[in-house]
Amino acid sequence: MMKLESLIEKALFLSASFSALIVFLITFFLIREGVPALSLNFLTGLEWRPGQEFFGTLPTIIGTLWVVIGAVFIALLIGVPTAIYLSEFAPFWVRNIIKSSVEVIVGIPSVVIGFFGLMILVPFIRNTIGGRGESILAGWIVLAIMILPNLISLTEDSLRAVPKSYREASLALGATQWQTITKVIVPAASSGIRAAIVLGVGRAIGETMAVLMVIGNPETPWIPTSILDMTRTLTSTIAIEFSYAEWGSPHQHALFAIGVVLFLLVTALNFVATFVIRRNKN
Amino acid sequence: MNPVSREKIMKRLLLIAVALSLIILPVILIWVGYNGSGIISIEFLTSRPRLFEYGGIYPQIMGSVYLVSLCTLFGAPLGIASAIYLAEYAPDNRITQSVRFFTETLAGMPSIVIGLFGLEFLVFYLQLKTSLLAGAISLSFMMLPWTIRASEEAIKTVPQEYRAASLALGATKWQTIVNVVIPAAMPGILTGVLLGVGKAVGETAVVWLTAGSGLEAFVPRSLSSPTGSLPMYIYLLATQAHTVEGVQRAYGASLVLLIMFLGVSVSALMARNYYLRRLGN
Repeated sequence: MMKLESLIEKALFLSASFSALIVFLITFFLIREGVPALSLNFLTGLEWRPGQEFFGTLPTIIGTLWVVIGAVFIALLIGVPTAIYLSEFAPFWVRNIIKSSVEVIVGIPSVVIGFFGLMILVPFIRNTIGGRGESILAGWIVLAIMILPNLISLTEDSLRAVPKSYREASLALGATQWQTITKVIVPAASSGIRAAIVLGVGRAIGETMAVLMVIGNPETPWIPTSILDMTRTLTSTIAIEFSYAEWGSPHQHALFAIGVVLFLLVTALNFVATFVIRRNKN
Repeated sequence: MNPVSREKIMKRLLLIAVALSLIILPVILIWVGYNGSGIISIEFLTSRPRLFEYGGIYPQIMGSVYLVSLCTLFGAPLGIASAIYLAEYAPDNRITQSVRFFTETLAGMPSIVIGLFGLEFLVFYLQLKTSLLAGAISLSFMMLPWTIRASEEAIKTVPQEYRAASLALGATKWQTIVNVVIPAAMPGILTGVLLGVGKAVGETAVVWLTAGSGLEAFVPRSLSSPTGSLPMYIYLLATQAHTVEGVQRAYGASLVLLIMFLGVSVSALMARNYYLRRLGN
């Protein structure tokens, strides 16, 4: 009997280690295929022409940053006030409805949001603002939609974690509710909000389909100078080109090298977020 | 401006933000429903696609169903087993902490990176080809950490007295887990698995790299057949079909995909509400 019990424990431990095994395998295989193509030139080169074996990703990296920073900024502008409303003002049932609907949005297939962007946002931008429509601006909006739900729920969690006594103390001093929110609650929750932002940036960098469908992906990317420019992101480059890249060619290695860059960026960001959250708890 | 009128303005601004974040879901649902319902017919749902403009989406629907079922078959048991270990057995030491760390790392991994890995490791290295099996396994890598997280939470919320009572009756630890802890945590575990299924149904990048191109005209006949899926079909038609008929098919497929996704996630939320209510009693 005891033997069976300890066997079971070992089997369960093996299952739990499986995720670690996958992460190891991912790291190993990405590095094996990607590192041969990684070089200073890969990160700082201005030209991406796989046909002539030019693999410079700087325009793509800058394009990614443009898209991600704008999207996170929009998501913050909408998400933080929503979280404040949910945690400080909303009646219980309203909060329940909003939280559930937010949770549903998290999972809406990104390809559907991309399709929406392509059919509605892109023509709208083309007709009212100008340019081709497929643009960084369109990328901002679809990506903001994608990261908004998580941002709202993480921010709301950290606002609600602020002890009630803080609110009471501030109100007792004669502060209005709004003053209490801006001067007491948001500062007290700031490290949680920061962690939510870092996680949002990580998720935004890794998002593929929705962004891919609305940013145009020019054949030879350039460093964007306006938000109406088309651009590429790290993820969209991999997705669009992997099927053209001959297996074993420098092009394929370059795509895996982009994978390595993505992996490092996102893992580093998640690491920072976990660190911020843990420090917050102590 | 005095603080009181400022307060009023600020509250209004808050409400605008709330409205903006709330309006997204209904707008997308109505947009897809309005544009997609016209093309839905028995024929569209049961015939196979021809080129971009003709035929239906039967192989894509079945492809998605196969991919997600297989993915759940791999991912859910493994995820639940990991969660049992982490919640019930894991001592608080280096090894457990690193297991947890890797689970989190996997959860944060961009899906395209998981797709690249599936392409290299499963499709080429293990020679599974671009196939149902390669796609389903890659999807399960993506689903695994979510299942672990949700199941662990659910197991941890089972009151300690349940375990104590069972152990006091002479049950072993494993008997306690199987007969007491798991049944009590089941609705929470179910929620976690279903939310993972919802994510897998809509996942595009992973299946693009590992399962198939999307316009496949046949329901997969074996684990090694290339497999079309609804998300890939939508992507292809939305970006490459430049005709009204093609785009209409993309709307129709989006509607079917959204219905599948909503079916799964609404049942997930219902499972959790049921669970919370029971905990409350």
